[in-house]
Amino acid sequence: MEYINIFIKSAFIDNMIFTFFFGMCSYLAVSKTVKTAVGLGSAVIFVLVVTIPINYLLETYVLAEGALSWLGEEYATMDLSFLSFIMFIAVIASIVQLVEMLVEKFSPALYGALGIFLPLIAVNCAILGAALFMQQKQFANIGEATVYGLGSGFGWFLAIVLIAAIREKIKYSHVPAPVRGVGMAFILTGLMGLAFLGFLGFEL
Amino acid sequence: MSESKSEPLFSKKNKALITNPLNKNNPVTIQVLGICSALAVTVQMDNAIVMSVAVTAVLVLGNMIVSLMRNVIPSKIRIIVQLVIVAGLVIIVDQVLKAYVYDVSKKLSVFVGLIITNCIIMGRLEAFALGNKPWASILDGVGNGFGYGLVLIIVSFFKELFGSGALTIPGFEKFEIFKAIGIYDMGYMDNGLMLLPPSSLFIVGIYIWVQKYRNPDLIES
Repeated sequence: MEYINIFIKSAFIDNMIFTFFFGMCSYLAVSKTVKTAVGLGSAVIFVLVVTIPINYLLETYVLAEGALSWLGEEYATMDLSFLSFIMFIAVIASIVQLVEMLVEKFSPALYGALGIFLPLIAVNCAILGAALFMQQKQFANIGEATVYGLGSGFGWFLAIVLIAAIREKIKYSHVPAPVRGVGMAFILTGLMGLAFLGFLGFEL
Repeated sequence: MSESKSEPLFSKKNKALITNPLNKNNPVTIQVLGICSALAVTVQMDNAIVMSVAVTAVLVLGNMIVSLMRNVIPSKIRIIVQLVIVAGLVIIVDQVLKAYVYDVSKKLSVFVGLIITNCIIMGRLEAFALGNKPWASILDGVGNGFGYGLVLIIVSFFKELFGSGALTIPGFEKFEIFKAIGIYDMGYMDNGLMLLPPSSLFIVGIYIWVQKYRNPDLIES
């Protein structure tokens, strides 16, 4: 039950795009057609599900205050949390690189679909943002953290696919010239965000 | 360095580096970079101001360092090198914010860390600092930082003024404008929607609308 609640909260209530604007840059740049949106969205889910548990382990056993106590008594008071930015981004960048190589070797079809998007993801703030929120929320175990990663990724996927579908249709509408393109995407995202506010307080 | 001596420090070209990002080449509204933080920290004006100062500092220093190192960075690993430089700078900025403006840094929470993946920083490092001299890169950093700050301050101005009827500027007391005018006595009420995330999207959308209306050559086909 706890897992389902975490999933719903991270996917709908605290949606990455509509509540925190994480990954807006690639969200706006890659949402012109549904096909590319699905590609980037799945790549984000994939990378989040892989990196969040690793960052969770890093946080619990290395970075947090007193986390190093497994090394011995004298390390019990160490607090390395100021290093978390650089550690998280290093983990994300290297995992993305690794995932890219593995996918290329074992599943050329998936690589063809995700390939060009994977390098983009290393600097997508959705991934680092989710890692930093994971650090802040202090999940009880690695399972909860993984579900959080899955839920956030799913929320991001949902948002980018929805906006891509709307943008495909809006090409045929008469939009005022100055607001065409990015301006309209902003206003549409705002309207979708209002709709998603309806999930506020939803719990099972 | 000998070439830069023949060029005045603030030549026309260098001035354009600062003024262009403020309007025609604004990083947020035209280049569409760095939206994440631009929208999320704008509920109060002091957050927006502190955030723009932090981003400008990282951008200027990052541009300068990458530009100084541009001839020794192998192009294959440049993204990792840039990430490490930026991450190091952001850690410094985070520690400085925690030391001097602790409550604002608490409110900015994860968004200070997210400066690392702010696309303005990576975008300018990639597009400008890797191919230009240090001084020009510094100016480019200042210009883009100000362009970013301009949007943040405008958005937060509207959000805070209409959302809570007040303006907070760092170093001053909270300035409750609407209360001072006495507009509440006439039956006015704060618009709670302005404090919610979607309203910053609307404000930026309208900002882009106005900007492109005034500069028709920026309109997308």
